[in-house]
Amino acid sequence: MSVPPPYYLGLSAVLFAMGAAGVLVRRSALIVFMSIELMLNAVNLTLVTFARLHGSVDGQVLVFFVLVVAAAEVVVGLAIIVDVFRSRETVDVDDADALRG
Amino acid sequence: MDVVLFGITAVCALAGGAGVVLSRRPVHSALGLLLVLMSLAVDYLLLGAQFIAAAQVIIYAGAIVVLFVFIIMLLGERGEYLGGGAFAGPAGVPFVVALCALLAAGLIAVVARPYPSAAPSFGTIQDVGRALFGRYLLPFEAASLVLLAGMIGAVALGRRLGPRT
Repeated sequence: MSVPPPYYLGLSAVLFAMGAAGVLVRRSALIVFMSIELMLNAVNLTLVTFARLHGSVDGQVLVFFVLVVAAAEVVVGLAIIVDVFRSRETVDVDDADALRG
Repeated sequence: MDVVLFGITAVCALAGGAGVVLSRRPVHSALGLLLVLMSLAVDYLLLGAQFIAAAQVIIYAGAIVVLFVFIIMLLGERGEYLGGGAFAGPAGVPFVVALCALLAAGLIAVVARPYPSAAPSFGTIQDVGRALFGRYLLPFEAASLVLLAGMIGAVALGRRLGPRT
């Protein structure tokens, strides 16, 4: 017996909300980054579910591109975090506020 | 059988997600993220997306989480504990509650309908590859440029050695 689609979508919604909470509540840039990955994965689950629901492989191709963009984003983002840490000795997102208005 | 497996992966994914958001040490967050990624890979298999499940394990769990752990190691103790507490205060909580409500509303709007009977080849590497190198050939080649730009960006950002004077 297969799992009804709303189960997958519900899991994905809860994971996305958790990721959003992490981005908003945590101060460490590393954990903010991991929360963003959590949100990306929640959306990927939605895409795969709808690909199955529509019997079309397009959603899975989109997930593949999300994986590529996530990889590039993580590489650049972690390099930025390391750079901020080198110059400020902290990875607290509240301390890196040189562009603050 | 599928429902039981989904239940296990859902519990693991939610526990991992809570671990990412609530852990005080970044290493524990990275392990929570790994738990989420592995659980979702099993879900992808349940949904017939074999290629995506394999890519999830190789790219996310194999490359991205390792990169996170590597950076945590690079930053060391000083990057692990932050002054002024790990949490930024309750300002974001109303937004999260509103987001949860919005997502729940969207879920209720989704009409539950049965899956179409999938062909045996659905989601296999052949199937995805045919789409990737057919209709999506141009985006696929553009993706390689994105990765190249990412590599160049990381090298340019990481090249400077020693603290800024």
